[in-house]
Amino acid sequence: MTSVPAAGGTKPPAAPKSRKSVTGTRRTVAALFLLPALVLLGALVVYPIGYSVVRSFYDQSGDGFAGIDNYKALFTDEGIRTALKNNIIWVVFAPTVATALGLIFAVLTERVRWGTAFKLVVFMPMAISMLAAGIIFRLVYDQDPDKGFANAVWVGVHDTFSQASAFPKAHPGRDSPLEPAGGGAFITKSPVRAGEAVSLPLVGVAPDLMPDGAAAAAKPEPDKVTGTTWQDFTRGKGVGTLNRVDSAELGYAGMKIEAVKDGRVVASATAADDGTFTLPASADGAQLRLPASNFKEPYNGLDWLGPSLVTPAIIGSYIWMWAGFAMVLIAAGLASVPRELLEAARVDGASEWQVFRRVTVPLLAPVLAVVAVTLMINVLKIFDLVFIIAPGSSQDDANVLALELYRKGFSEDQPGIASAISVFLLLLVIPVMWFNVRRLRREVRR
Amino acid sequence: MKAKQSLGSRLAEKVSGGLLRVFLIVVGLFWLVPTIGLLLSSLRAPEDISASGWWKVFTEPSQITFDSYAKLLENEDITGSLLNTVWITVPATLLVVIIGSLAGYAFAWMEFPGRDWWFLGVVGLLVVPVQVALIPIAELFGGIGIFGSVIGVVLFHVGFGLPFAVFLLRNFFAEIPRELLEAARLDGAGELRLFFRVVMPLGGPAIAALGIFQFLWVWNDMLVALIFSDSGSQPITVALQTQVRQFGNNIDVLAPGAFISMVVPLAVFFAFQRQFVSGVMAGAVK
Repeated sequence: MTSVPAAGGTKPPAAPKSRKSVTGTRRTVAALFLLPALVLLGALVVYPIGYSVVRSFYDQSGDGFAGIDNYKALFTDEGIRTALKNNIIWVVFAPTVATALGLIFAVLTERVRWGTAFKLVVFMPMAISMLAAGIIFRLVYDQDPDKGFANAVWVGVHDTFSQASAFPKAHPGRDSPLEPAGGGAFITKSPVRAGEAVSLPLVGVAPDLMPDGAAAAAKPEPDKVTGTTWQDFTRGKGVGTLNRVDSAELGYAGMKIEAVKDGRVVASATAADDGTFTLPASADGAQLRLPASNFKEPYNGLDWLGPSLVTPAIIGSYIWMWAGFAMVLIAAGLASVPRELLEAARVDGASEWQVFRRVTVPLLAPVLAVVAVTLMINVLKIFDLVFIIAPGSSQDDANVLALELYRKGFSEDQPGIASAISVFLLLLVIPVMWFNVRRLRREVRR
Repeated sequence: MKAKQSLGSRLAEKVSGGLLRVFLIVVGLFWLVPTIGLLLSSLRAPEDISASGWWKVFTEPSQITFDSYAKLLENEDITGSLLNTVWITVPATLLVVIIGSLAGYAFAWMEFPGRDWWFLGVVGLLVVPVQVALIPIAELFGGIGIFGSVIGVVLFHVGFGLPFAVFLLRNFFAEIPRELLEAARLDGAGELRLFFRVVMPLGGPAIAALGIFQFLWVWNDMLVALIFSDSGSQPITVALQTQVRQFGNNIDVLAPGAFISMVVPLAVFFAFQRQFVSGVMAGAVK
């Protein structure tokens, strides 16, 4: 499968080479050389194919002829349908992404001196078992961002781009003008008046989460509601003057404030760095509310192994294992691409992207096809990674055909249906089988 | 040509070269980090693992301990299964190499009716999924009493390793120059002598590639052993698999266990990279 398939048609046929026996072997000797292999292949590979085909037409116990009932189950059984759907997702995405990454890595590593080291790192997962890879990725996908690497990175990225909840756990202190408003929000006990400065003190935000702008008392402005929201507490100095802005205290920069009249939000504002805010005159007579979005728990990352993400997550681990395989095969193909072609394109003024798109990729197309087809066959039979990574609670959602076959055949005692699944898998690889044989026949018969 | 480039384009090249390096380093880290995570997790106490992520050891190196490994090596289920892995892998590799070489040589250099058709038949079996054979072979092995034994697991791996072995070795042996074989023949070598003294040594590179490929394949297998071995004959992959159900409570078994199971394949990989790569390339069909 490694030689370029299309090349077979264009290469001039090799000079016929005689492989007649040099010893004039007797047939019995040939038979002895072949016997072990043929017996084992017959008993362990050929016979099972026949057995499975026959078995797939019999019912659960194996006594009654079931016609095509077992094959009907492939498309009616809820579990198998999920498996089929997931297998399609696998076959479409895993080989294409792995091949694309392999191509990118193969092309890029040619340009750095330590390309070999990089290739070694990416190729290494090929050497380990899917079980080990599964355990590795169970750790990576741990839901807790403090333990699972995937969520640690994801939450880091997420929090960089959106500081949604700046003040988890903030709450009113003693004698506060604020009271809980339900759902985690806080609201002033009494309505506010334009022209006076409002105090909205809270406590309880961990020092490392606090913005570092010092709080300032807001100046009253006529026709406007002004105020300050701040942490009415300083570590080491206590609350200072209760409900009054002290010099060492910090403002809640970014706190959202809503003015509520009769249950409707009439105005809203966001606190400045020093915790001050200004609301228009329309807020006169309203109560000020600090909505719950200010206080919600910190973002906790994605549920990688939950029902909706489990299949993409496992495909990710597969790509981690097999992108190196694609890369190595493609790099070997790349090494045989004539450099003059690439140079010629560059001399003609083609950009690097054009060279890649118009010269490199078309020349590599046969190799890319071989890699993608190989990965497809491989993905069709995917079992270990799903079996290990998907937790019991979402294994049904991550189901694939090979796993369903294992369940049906070895824990649900449904050998008929399991055989039908195996025959179905076999049918899917028959085109590749046929292609291999046809290509080799040309080489062999010369 | 370089000298003629303008300062601007040289600068652009420098910048894009820098970006390229950063990109590749980041990707490389992404590929390394999961394995490092497993290694560092295996070197921490269970209490530490449940309290924080493995990267904590960078700030608190004192957390590193080999206790989990020590405990694991006293666990007879694990040590026994490691031995089973060896008992399965070594014979399955040797048998495939020997039987595959014999057949590969016969297909390459012997004459018998339908030779090429037989060979094409074997090539057709290259992509047969193992799943097709699980149920029939389970019944077959049950019938002859080797279900649950090391022998059964070995036989299954040999059966499914042979198509690739025969394919690879026949193609390699066929390239041996005819004159070499004829010279040996004239020296009076018989068929067996020819095979062991000329063909096998000349086939070294292909045999090495095949051997390493098959070795890693069998060592890393879980599915076949999951079905055909029992608690006494199970390899390390199956032994660890039974622990995955309670993931979280037994990370002190899983992490070091997975790492131990990886040590041999990784050593083989680093020692025989070239052969491994050529085996993988030739085995692209499997």
